[in-house]
Amino acid sequence: MTATEVPPVGFGRMIRKEDARFIRGEGHYVDDVQLPGMLHGAILRSPFAHARIVSIDTSAAEAHPKVRAVITGATLAGLNLAWMPTLSNDVQAVLATDKVRFQGQEVAFVVAEDRYAARDALELIDVDYDPLPAVIDARRALDPDAPTIRDDLEGKTGNHIFDWESGDRARTEEVFNSAEVVVAQDMLYPRVHPAPMETCGTVADFDKTTGKLTVWSTTQAPHAHRTLYALVAGIPEHKIRIISPDIGGGFGNKVGIYPGYVCAVVGSIVTGKAVKWVEDRSENLMSTSFARDYHMHGEIASTKDGKIVGLRVKVLADHGAFNGTAQPTKFPAGFFHIFTGSYDLQAAHCEVTGVYTNKCPGGVAYACSFRVTEAAYLVERMVDVLAYELKMDPAELRMKNLLRAEQFPYTSPTGWEYDSGDYPRAMRLAMELAGYDELRREQAALRRRWEAGDRGELMGIGISFFTEGVGAGPRKHMDILGLGMADGAELRVHPTGKAVLRISVQTQGQGHETTFAQIVAEELGIPVADIDVVHGDTDQTPFGLGTYGSRSTPVSGAAAAIVTRKVRDRARIVAAAMLEASPDDLQWEKGRWFVAGDPEQGRTIQEIALAAHSSLELPEGVEGHLDATTVYNPPNLTYPFGAYICVVDVDPGTGQVKVRRFIAVDDCGVRINPMIVEGQIHGGLADGIGMALMEVMAFDEEGNHLGASFMDYLLPTAVECPSWELGATVTPSPHHPLGAKGVGESATVGSPAAVVNAVLDALRPYNVRHADMPLTPAAVWRAIQGNQFRTDMAIQ
Amino acid sequence: MQITVTVNGQSYTRDVEPRLLLVHFLRDDLGLTGTHWGCDTSNCGTCVVRMDGVPVKSCTVLAVMADGHEVGTVEGMAAGGELDPVQQGFVQCHGLQCGFCTPGMMLTARALLDSNPAPSEMDIREAISGQICRCTGYENIVRAVQWAAEHPAPTEAEVSA
Repeated sequence: MTATEVPPVGFGRMIRKEDARFIRGEGHYVDDVQLPGMLHGAILRSPFAHARIVSIDTSAAEAHPKVRAVITGATLAGLNLAWMPTLSNDVQAVLATDKVRFQGQEVAFVVAEDRYAARDALELIDVDYDPLPAVIDARRALDPDAPTIRDDLEGKTGNHIFDWESGDRARTEEVFNSAEVVVAQDMLYPRVHPAPMETCGTVADFDKTTGKLTVWSTTQAPHAHRTLYALVAGIPEHKIRIISPDIGGGFGNKVGIYPGYVCAVVGSIVTGKAVKWVEDRSENLMSTSFARDYHMHGEIASTKDGKIVGLRVKVLADHGAFNGTAQPTKFPAGFFHIFTGSYDLQAAHCEVTGVYTNKCPGGVAYACSFRVTEAAYLVERMVDVLAYELKMDPAELRMKNLLRAEQFPYTSPTGWEYDSGDYPRAMRLAMELAGYDELRREQAALRRRWEAGDRGELMGIGISFFTEGVGAGPRKHMDILGLGMADGAELRVHPTGKAVLRISVQTQGQGHETTFAQIVAEELGIPVADIDVVHGDTDQTPFGLGTYGSRSTPVSGAAAAIVTRKVRDRARIVAAAMLEASPDDLQWEKGRWFVAGDPEQGRTIQEIALAAHSSLELPEGVEGHLDATTVYNPPNLTYPFGAYICVVDVDPGTGQVKVRRFIAVDDCGVRINPMIVEGQIHGGLADGIGMALMEVMAFDEEGNHLGASFMDYLLPTAVECPSWELGATVTPSPHHPLGAKGVGESATVGSPAAVVNAVLDALRPYNVRHADMPLTPAAVWRAIQGNQFRTDMAIQ
Repeated sequence: MQITVTVNGQSYTRDVEPRLLLVHFLRDDLGLTGTHWGCDTSNCGTCVVRMDGVPVKSCTVLAVMADGHEVGTVEGMAAGGELDPVQQGFVQCHGLQCGFCTPGMMLTARALLDSNPAPSEMDIREAISGQICRCTGYENIVRAVQWAAEHPAPTEAEVSA
């Protein structure tokens, strides 16, 4: 569907403002930044997963004619910068000093005159390593004889990071003890990577005279980065400017601060020149934030006829060598405890144990809504496993247990307050769009042929019904490193009625320049074309925590609405002065205040804006001009949900899976620009196909990364993806000023389970109850043979 | 080595290292940053440009291999300031989000339509299957190319008539 010909003044389909530059090749990404005399950085990385550094000799690299500086951990230690805080209150080596703890870890940084020379010089650095036994399998990390990875931490022995639990353990035990049916299933959500098309990078430019540091960076959270740089490097915060220019996709990969960013800053301070560092694809996959790596043991309890009563889960979470997950401080497992999903049950309990391994740090990334992805996968697989055991139709089982519309607002067994929803309606719509009954009839016919000996393709139908909690804060519950998760907005209407909105979040492709202008247009009644949205520059925008966890519309979108309403209220007073009426007697229609009962007597926003900047006498205490600021602290998360149905064809001879259809019904409340919302969903659905069927970062027993390039880390292309079939229901959020909910991650959260459930549904004749992602042809074929393997390890 | 490359109709003569990649020649030497770099291994296609009309991945072409050849980049798509129908299609159908894969996708789409003005959905999917987009799930890219096929630019004869 194309955008409407006449752009709406407010919500609706309209083409994006940002497209004009992108289709002309005039986007401005970090690697496009060129500054006079700019130097280039490159990082030397560890070939070992675990090794002691005996010595580093940089003399040959320093002698290279184009090299300006070589920085090692020892250099940084002298500046007290060898270690930096992570987003989970751990520390991470910027450049290794004592040991390397994962393959690809940063060891030295070269600054040279061009990018090729910087790479050449890496070859000239001689590092003497003493290899150590590595902990690669998370399930062995807590063994008594496992080597301690984090011996840098005072008194640390073993690899345990945290234990965390949620829900009512005793009540859950009671429910399980008296349940008619209990089914258990182990499952892995493998280590995957967001892999945005643009890798991570930075251009750092430190001005020695003014003491000002300007950093162009691939960041989803420029304001948080500024504060962290100030705290880590000791540079006063007002002397730091972070610019997040055009960003080539984020998906969570660009939330944290990576060692390369800090090295570029140090490189600029040391050389007095701007320094650019842009990682290559292998560096991106090996050393920047991965996602998942959750080893889960789920148990589900129900009655014999399929009424689910309880759910519990134990998770072993592989956090890699440094605990660098990005989530609100009080939630070490993110929002995983939303794992009861969309169902009405009596009790639930989860326990999560985090461990160190000799792998790259990270864990919360890849559009996961702070681990809601893992939670949604767990519950949607468990429901299907239960359906398998009860021999029930998975759609029927879900319909029997979905929360009913009248139960909202609903408090879950782990304490979440779901704001609004009508789950059966979404489920019924998805089944109707899919032609569910007809698909089941087709499947039954194929199974009869299979029973008769035909070994052609089998067809599977997979369902997933997900509920997300997105839009963090509220600030009293949610902070990152002490920074409360609230976001600011500032709106100025110029004398001629043109407006500039400044926001704390920024786009990595989500279309903020359009959507946020539509919010102002809707609330103020001026054309979208008359509104500019400024974002991604800490010198030009109010403070806020950034774009991730689907929080832009729920938090910053609300801020934009409220700041516009403040301006509208000011406009009312100005209009009243213009009309010599009382503000109380004025009535609003889009773009205009008028005298109630006398619609002819009114003033447009444009007229009011000019008057607000004129010599018009305003009531005592009312400031002139037409602008406002606000900070929005969300009262709760928003809870988007959806019903997904995937149809696959599986060749049992080869294990090849072909996704035939994918039906997605999403409810994200009020849609500001449905075109953009649908685009967000499309992208997430492709992610689901990728994770379910193709993507994994596996390791061999020595910790060698087996998915370190796009040759080995497979992403879906246009031929693996079907044409998506979308549907929508709209259940507004009762607490969001626009009734909107987040949507950026919904499809990534909801779709993997639908694909996996579909494949396993196809394999029903072979009695395969579960197999782990990714369901590559080899994995499917082995599952059919009853000989499954671990997808996360090369050697079992 | 000295090379002469025609890029978007303009001839450039430069001294380059033999190992210099075409993508870096375009971006760093000529300042044409619309061509992006994404993977090193010829898998992602953000670096696609047209060499003598054929889409190539400029991260696996040496600049010296382009000596004496014609290279077309995204900056040359809007001939005389008029957007190519492919560019218009990408805007109309929301065929881009972050914009990073977009130049490569559009150049491949243009090459497809030059040889096959009425491609099927599968023709389009296959044509862009050597390129990765992480944002759009490909749906709207396919629609954008279909839009362009349905709205071909007026031919010179039509314009002068």
